[in-house]
Amino acid sequence: MSDAILSLRGVKTDIAQYHILQGVDLDVPRGQVTMLLGRNGVGKTTTLRTIMGHWRARAGTIRLDGDDIAQAPTPAIARRGVGYVPENMGIFSDLTVEENMTLAAASGPLERERLEWIFGAFPALRTFWRSEAGNLSGGQKQMLSIARAMAEERKLYLIDEPTKGLAPAIVSTMAGALRDLKRRGASILLVEQNFSVARALGDRAAVMDDGRIVWTGEMAELAGDAALQERLMGLSMETA
Amino acid sequence: MTAAPDHAPTLSGPGLKDRLGQAAPLLLVPVLVVLGYLSIGSTSSWLTLTVSGLAMGMMIFIMASGLTLVFGLMDVINFGHGAFISVGAFVGISVVLALSGWAGAPSLALNLGAIALAVIAAMAVTAVLGWAFERVIVRPVYGAHLKQILVTVGGLIVIEQLIHVIWGPDEIFLTRPESLKGAITFAGAALERYRILAVVFGLALFLAMRLVLRRTKIGLIVRAGVQNGEMVEALGYRLRLVFVGVFVAGSALAGLGGVMWGLYQEVVTAGMGEEMMILVFIVVIIGGLGSVEGAFIGALLVGLLQNYVAFLAPKLALVSNIGLLTLILLWRPQGMMPVVKAK
Ligand SMILES: Nc1ncnc2c1ncn2[C@@H]1O[C@H](COP(=O)(O)OP(=O)(O)OP(=O)(O)O)[C@@H](O)[C@H]1O
Ligand SMILES: [Mg+2]
Repeated sequence: MSDAILSLRGVKTDIAQYHILQGVDLDVPRGQVTMLLGRNGVGKTTTLRTIMGHWRARAGTIRLDGDDIAQAPTPAIARRGVGYVPENMGIFSDLTVEENMTLAAASGPLERERLEWIFGAFPALRTFWRSEAGNLSGGQKQMLSIARAMAEERKLYLIDEPTKGLAPAIVSTMAGALRDLKRRGASILLVEQNFSVARALGDRAAVMDDGRIVWTGEMAELAGDAALQERLMGLSMETA
Repeated sequence: MTAAPDHAPTLSGPGLKDRLGQAAPLLLVPVLVVLGYLSIGSTSSWLTLTVSGLAMGMMIFIMASGLTLVFGLMDVINFGHGAFISVGAFVGISVVLALSGWAGAPSLALNLGAIALAVIAAMAVTAVLGWAFERVIVRPVYGAHLKQILVTVGGLIVIEQLIHVIWGPDEIFLTRPESLKGAITFAGAALERYRILAVVFGLALFLAMRLVLRRTKIGLIVRAGVQNGEMVEALGYRLRLVFVGVFVAGSALAGLGGVMWGLYQEVVTAGMGEEMMILVFIVVIIGGLGSVEGAFIGALLVGLLQNYVAFLAPKLALVSNIGLLTLILLWRPQGMMPVVKAK
């Protein structure tokens, strides 16, 4: 993959004494949505946290636009244009929605136009702009978490299970926002358990098992092959 | 900040019960003041004790404010904080003594000038000391609470001994500058001028701090960092740098508190910071670790209670604050205004 914005080679990450990532090789092509799939506990979140520098890779390289960031500090990685939506959303509950967004625009004030785009995708954030983020519903918190990643121009988005635990109506709002992001040419690495969302958004897919990538290919190929899904993820997601 | 949305937000907000729950700590101070009035009976004594309690509370708050943020931001337990109080007091008092011409003159301007210089010197020295303390003593033990306790206590002892080396082994007595001596009479009560000044100054400082924490970007980063430091870094901010800044500012505030306390007691000792730390820790814990507002209310409660009880039942004065700590933790195990940790 020559035009990969992000490229992991042989990445190994330990948490305490456990070898969680055991040599991850992964490419995220520029301007595409790459789905990171796999059973629970196989290391998807750990992969994203390692890219962000929250966990330190013990071995391997992580290239962002060609530069190895495997040993870079988290703030430096973020400043290179990586927007991160963590699995637990990472909302600052005691701060208002506005304050959360103000912080998210780290390199300057929020642009009006960008804010309108975000409000268009997530009208609830306009409504609750001055409210404490801790008082938002689960779905609204998830929207805020994604909106924070959208608060500035980013090279790459790392998004961890944005539809986890959400009602179907909100899942479709979320999927709509991600589709919009994709239309604007964003490069996205997306962890998603909801298969219909994954199928609708994904260009490429990478499937993890036990700390390694065990399959990569076109999302459409995986979506159309129930036996392959069964083998890689232990269930056919065709029915999901 | 960004522009407001075009239409008014309509969040129904937290229910009445939640809001009462949030406001409850704010009511504790007036409740305690009223209880004090009912049990003391004499308006003039009550007024004197209340002003004295508030003054003491303000000074404890100034000492505690930095410590609570240091804990909230990086989970660092710093027992060495008391050393900054003592050093600040000694530096400040040395300046006041050196400027005895100003301090003794019957001129308010010269008196306040002497105090201002004392405060600036104390804060400058404790800021630099705090910076060095963070680099040398605290930084190697991030994330290890037991080691933090051991090395910061070690640092405290070393600094106390250094005070003995520099200023000699004995306590130093001083008298306050002319215009801050004595009391004014109000409603039959004698109110010491210095205490009134301490209350006004402490309140102004608290409001300024609140303004910085609520209205500036650096304040937002600090508040967000107390809740979820990892996410603050993931947004591109160098939390370590912010932490060092807060540590230095907190040390300087402890130094300021030390000068104020020294002028209040009119004596300074190398161990004074360590003695104050008991109250400071109580305040930080009942306030809720990482909460400046909580520390403020906690400090006022501690100051008032200490003064009321010392008047009503002197033998209980020492245990009253432990009693307060116990009651508050039974009511709210995380302190009065806990910071929502997102980890
Ligand atoms: N802080 C931690 N301490 C110890 N083990 C951890 C920690 N975080 C993750 N692990 C372990 O690492 C493995 C991978 O976890 P990870 O969260 O990356 O999985 P995941 O693929 O994101 O799973 P899920 O789909 O459930 O979110 C799991 O076995 C998990 O138990
Ligand atoms: Mg996960």
